[in-house]
Amino acid sequence: MSKQAESETFDPVDLFPDATEMDLRPGVDKCDKNSNCETVCPVAEVNEDFPGPKFQGPEQWRLTRKGDIEFDESVDKCLNCMRCDTACTNDVPLGQMHNVARANYVDNQMSHASREFLRNKMLANYGTLGKLGSMMPRISNAVFGLGATRWLNEKLLGFPSERSFPDFATQTFRGWWSDRGGDATSAERAREAREARGETGEDKKVAFFHGCYANYHQTEVAKSMVRLYESLGYEIAVPEQSCCGTPMFANGMLEDARGVAEGNVDTFGALVEDGYDLIATCTSCSMALRKEYPELFDIDGVDEVAAHMFDAVEYLRVNEDLEAELAGADVDFPAMTYHAPCHGEVMGVEGIVTELLADVDGVELDDTGDVCCGLAGTYGWKDEKYDDSMEIGAEMFEAFEEAPGEVALTECPMCSAQIEHGTGYEVKHPMQLLETALVES
Amino acid sequence: MAIEDDVLVIGGGIAGLTSAIAAAETGARTRLVTYKQSTLGNASGLVDVLGYAPGDDAPRADPYDALAELPAEHPYSKVGADAVREGLALFDDAVGDDYLGNHSEANALVATHAGSVKPTARYPRSAAPGLVSDDRDMLLVGIDSVTGFDAPMAADHLSAAGVPFDVRGETVRFPKSFPQDADVTRYARALDRDESVDDGTVREVLADRVEAVLEDERRVGFPAVLGDSRHEVVRTELQDRLGVDVFEVPTGPPSLPGLRLEDALYDAAEDAGVRITSGNPIVDYDADGGRVEQVLMDRMGSEVAYEAQQYVLATGGPVGGGIESDRGGVEESIFGLPVEHPDDRYEWFEDDVWGDHAYTEFGVSVDEDLRPVAGEDAQFENLRAAGNVIGGYDFATEKSGSGVSLATGYVAGSEAGELI
Ligand SMILES: Cc1cc2nc3c(=O)[nH]c(=O)nc-3n(C[C@H](O)[C@H](O)[C@H](O)COP(=O)(O)OP(=O)(O)OC[C@H]3O[C@@H](n4cnc5c(N)ncnc54)[C@H](O)[C@@H]3O)c2cc1C
Ligand code: SF4
Ligand code: SF4
Repeated sequence: MSKQAESETFDPVDLFPDATEMDLRPGVDKCDKNSNCETVCPVAEVNEDFPGPKFQGPEQWRLTRKGDIEFDESVDKCLNCMRCDTACTNDVPLGQMHNVARANYVDNQMSHASREFLRNKMLANYGTLGKLGSMMPRISNAVFGLGATRWLNEKLLGFPSERSFPDFATQTFRGWWSDRGGDATSAERAREAREARGETGEDKKVAFFHGCYANYHQTEVAKSMVRLYESLGYEIAVPEQSCCGTPMFANGMLEDARGVAEGNVDTFGALVEDGYDLIATCTSCSMALRKEYPELFDIDGVDEVAAHMFDAVEYLRVNEDLEAELAGADVDFPAMTYHAPCHGEVMGVEGIVTELLADVDGVELDDTGDVCCGLAGTYGWKDEKYDDSMEIGAEMFEAFEEAPGEVALTECPMCSAQIEHGTGYEVKHPMQLLETALVES
Repeated sequence: MAIEDDVLVIGGGIAGLTSAIAAAETGARTRLVTYKQSTLGNASGLVDVLGYAPGDDAPRADPYDALAELPAEHPYSKVGADAVREGLALFDDAVGDDYLGNHSEANALVATHAGSVKPTARYPRSAAPGLVSDDRDMLLVGIDSVTGFDAPMAADHLSAAGVPFDVRGETVRFPKSFPQDADVTRYARALDRDESVDDGTVREVLADRVEAVLEDERRVGFPAVLGDSRHEVVRTELQDRLGVDVFEVPTGPPSLPGLRLEDALYDAAEDAGVRITSGNPIVDYDADGGRVEQVLMDRMGSEVAYEAQQYVLATGGPVGGGIESDRGGVEESIFGLPVEHPDDRYEWFEDDVWGDHAYTEFGVSVDEDLRPVAGEDAQFENLRAAGNVIGGYDFATEKSGSGVSLATGYVAGSEAGELI
């Protein structure tokens, strides 16, 4: 390891059971208050009462260390977009600090009997809700869509009536996967593809972290991924798994998050040991396993899981000569506009899609540029944050309206929900596009 | 599989951006990889070439005259005056009419937020009416809640510096109140959007408050908070309302003029066809004999290889992250290139904060082609350095930060590109 990597490896101290034990001082000391982080924060941009990332992070941490002072309730307003983390010139672990502060606030200061707490708890545990909903997808879709239900949801629970719940797919991805023959079928198809491609080398194996959205809602994205990866010779494993925990981090429910993280690290860690790399089609899922788990939890094997976790597009970019594969493709798409999710930016995968598709015949692709969608996971699903959420998204909506594209393209399911809500655009995932270009054409 | 390009530039500051644009303009397929934001967000947005030669007390009118007096190890001495001109020409092309100063080779003199006079080669259009060579009387306006610009004090300092006009400072209240210690971007956004407040809009009320304290000065300077995305609109409207010229005085970090410059240069790089990858650091490399084969990016625990035929190292100095020190010594952070420094750690800096610190000049040594050397020997035939990662100059004292980055960036990028 080079000197730089060594000195920047920041060892988190186990967060639980005693949350106040996490020692973030080395991170705090690195802040020289240059305020670069403040210039990128989407909440600070629309909400004058939000003190901004520098306060939420190093300053608040300094203050609370002195004792007496409680965490400021504004931590609840942070989106967890992590843009400040990307912007900080001095490697201050802002995202980590916000996650810890939020957990402290929710554990010690927020009323656990409040409507907000209950609502947040439901959002945080979306995995369970999704599971229930997907058992009876048609009924769920009908019930969630009813005007009366929406009204009740708003009044009783604090969900914004303006938004409609995402439709449940009639069959979950996992259901489709097992009907199709599960991992064994995948191994078989991948082997055939490798033979057809004249590849003899080592096995190509990935384990898929589908998370909640690809399982219950955007099943088409996961299916495209499967067909594309298999056609390139990858066998796919789809183990039992929990939600990635992103909605839990964002709502300060770190106990819940630790529970799912332990299970996921256990499952996927074992696969890594068996020679699998890990992929996700949702950038928030991949960021959780790659960045948030090791920043927050000291679980056995967490670093190995993080090191092997990739965004599905990124993984192919790194391991295959995608440019050569795409060179022959000639596809007939409607013009598209791409939106890079904040969590993709944090991981440095922003730009891969636009770069890859720039020279493909038949593809016309614009970019909305550096804007936050404003839905940010569970944020935009809260009544009291709906207006801020839409105001943050305004710049992105405008960019879509101005761009010539008719279809939107993004890796994040929450960005895509917001794009649909704010612009009415149809949204595709890059996996679907790549499948059309490489498998169908 | 490595990700392949012809030229790979490491670092996204002004040096890296210049190198990448210069390389792309030769037709080479060029990628820029960068970790975080550059030091431009801390900098003034002024583009200094050379304000003071060693031993100077007063600023130099002609930076090219002063170039000739620099020691042989200075980066300008390695690349020569023509490289400075080429670097500036590339800059002028890239930023278009957002910047002025290219009508003359002489330094312009700009008033700083501390009330000193700074020699610089290029300045943002928004700073132009504030030039000190202009003899119109000047009013400086501070905003009470914006720290870092004390207008009456800056005015006193300017008067004491002997400027050829009368200058006064006044402080006004911003039309809108923000939580304590609000960031400059909040003021800029309120002005961009011209939000409604009691008695009118932010721009209107601000103009009214300034008009109330304006006497017969013909130009008014504000701290650099006059809008972000619509800053020319904001400044023009204030100008129209006040009936006098309005300018911005560059302020400390985060500096809006610095951030606007960063945006403009990234746009220019994209227009030139540079591929940009940001968010993760390059941490290591593989070499074969005297050639860099590939560099390795750390993506949170695992490494991804980037390969090119030619490389430019533009990772900045001790502030930017390119040069690292610990108790044991100082070295360049990716290739471990040697950095000359006193053995005794206590000689790296002076007790006096403003003293002549050795660390300000820390950086790698290079040959005439900007290849890093150890002793006399170039370390890698296909690696060049640009910007603040190069040692042997003290940009803060001689006022040469961006100029050295432009000149060396131009040379490193265009030479790398031409070898493809
Ligand atoms: C406080 C301050 C004020 C200044 N004021 C002025 C001024 O008024 N006028 C003027 O002309 N100049 C000024 N400067 C200098 C100028 O802004 C630049 O610092 C100088 O030109 C150096 O630029 P650079 O591109 O070499 O490096 P930097 O701007 O330091 O950029 C280095 C880049 O490399 C990236 N990087 C570092 N390590 C790695 C890695 N391992 N992998 C990938 N990327 C990496 C960093 O993230 C960064 O983006 C000022 C500088 C500072 C700090
Ligand atoms: S994570 Fe995003 S919303 Fe939260 S403070 Fe940072 S930039 Fe602002
Ligand atoms: S960008 Fe980093 S160093 Fe600068 S104020 Fe924010 S946290 Fe502190």
